[in-house]
Amino acid sequence: MTYVVTQACVDVKDRSCVDQCPVDCIYEGERMMYIHPDECVDCGACEAACPVSAIFYSYDLTPESEPFLEINAQFFAGIGSPAGASKLGRPGRDHKFVASLPHAGRP
Amino acid sequence: MTHPLSVAIVGSGPSGAYCARLLSEDGSLDARVDVYDRLPAPYGLVRYGVAPDHQKIKSITASLAEILEHPRVRFVGNVAVGSDVSLDGLRRHYDAVILACGASVGRRLGITGEDLPGVFSATDFVAWYSGHPDAAVDRFSLTAEQAVVIGVGNVALDVARMLVRTADELRRTDVPEHVVEVLAASSIREITIVGRRGPAFAKFTSKELAELGALESADVVVDPADLILDEEQEAALAANPAARRVLGKLRAMADREPRGGERSIRFAFACRPAEFLGTTAVEAVRFQRSLGRSSEPVDVPAQFVLRSIGYHGSRLADMPFDERTGTVPNDVGRVIGPDGPVPGLYAAGWIKRGPTGVIGTNRPDASETVRALVDDMRAAPLKRAAAPGDPVDLLRLGGKAIVDWAGWRAIDRAEREYGERLGRDRVKLHDRTRLLDAASATDASED
Repeated sequence: MTYVVTQACVDVKDRSCVDQCPVDCIYEGERMMYIHPDECVDCGACEAACPVSAIFYSYDLTPESEPFLEINAQFFAGIGSPAGASKLGRPGRDHKFVASLPHAGRP
Repeated sequence: MTHPLSVAIVGSGPSGAYCARLLSEDGSLDARVDVYDRLPAPYGLVRYGVAPDHQKIKSITASLAEILEHPRVRFVGNVAVGSDVSLDGLRRHYDAVILACGASVGRRLGITGEDLPGVFSATDFVAWYSGHPDAAVDRFSLTAEQAVVIGVGNVALDVARMLVRTADELRRTDVPEHVVEVLAASSIREITIVGRRGPAFAKFTSKELAELGALESADVVVDPADLILDEEQEAALAANPAARRVLGKLRAMADREPRGGERSIRFAFACRPAEFLGTTAVEAVRFQRSLGRSSEPVDVPAQFVLRSIGYHGSRLADMPFDERTGTVPNDVGRVIGPDGPVPGLYAAGWIKRGPTGVIGTNRPDASETVRALVDDMRAAPLKRAAAPGDPVDLLRLGGKAIVDWAGWRAIDRAEREYGERLGRDRVKLHDRTRLLDAASATDASED
């Protein structure tokens, strides 16, 4: 069980969630934010903070947003559990599904 | 600023701890931060408010511990500001004081019968099962058959869930053993959770509701008639995706066949509590339907009632306080007294903004307060010569049993060892005397 960032975050990255996360488990990709499923403590601050309602608890994912449970988890393959996004910095990449999404306003 | 910045923080819950982190991590401030708590144990409502079966959220204590272990930070436990030391006394010793003492009193309904035996504040019940030293060990005996929980926030769901947890489930938490015994032996079979307004205005989150629905030890019953919405509720739903998720879950629960379990948790919405009925103890709660299905009052039998309608802050001596909101008047964290801003006095967390938000909400809140404090200190060179002597030493010399960080770690060890003896991970020490004994047991042998 964990909170999950979904597609509404792509190319938005408001980052209000980062300021509120008590365990600093929301990491920055190039196009969206990702929540570390093993570091999230289920507090719900991010869900309430997100201005575009991109964050859901895993119970609340819909069939369309369900793949983002895996997308958030797989983003951390090769990164492990750094126990703090600010310690890690920006990994400078995205999950391949997110990277392949068309850019808004571009063909 | 010409000498190290000295700051006292009153309260070691999340808001106090986040202020301590911001002050201690900024090397340019060269700050010395003393975090006072009136209890022998740190972490405020993370230890004494977060539900015991939410151990994942409670694991936040690990990050709070890192803050309180910082070399620039001292934990000063078992010292009540306002009685052991006055706030004004504290202010004479520090450049700045941050009030982060929270809001720990349950609000009252103000209706007839509220003081009948059997009617309690949910905050008292939470304090008891969390092993809070101010909650008498034998405060509750659960001999009722029917219970009513008034309020539809996450705390209401917490207390209902705790009332149906099995002994095995409770032993996987850190609640004191006598709490496990009382809860496991509870004769309460029916719990009704009552909301004043319609379900679209319920305050609990869909995550907490889903957790309730997943309980194996109780049926959750929702009346489909309660989910027929008026225009006001439809408008509220349209504006609030979180409320739509809650309503979706309630609808799914209304469609479920009851499994006929031993215990049930029933929701009732649009019922305004009007009166507690009973002669020597509460026997029922009278509600007035607020959505006009009938003007007849509804009496729900209950021998145990918890009101869970929010927290309220309480005043410390010498502290400006707004009784209506239960908060300290402030501007972005600068405390405002009757004659304007009080120099060197700040507020953070629930005592600053009222009892809203979750743990993480206190991070930006603490940032705002610390920014105001640091701006003030940088703008005006410190003019006050702080009163002589280390206030913590002075308290100790006065005979106060202070629990420092080593003392807390000794308590922490004692709770783990106690848990191990009972085949559990950790078992909280409840009684203040036992906490203080544990804190002093290894005073000299701290590794």
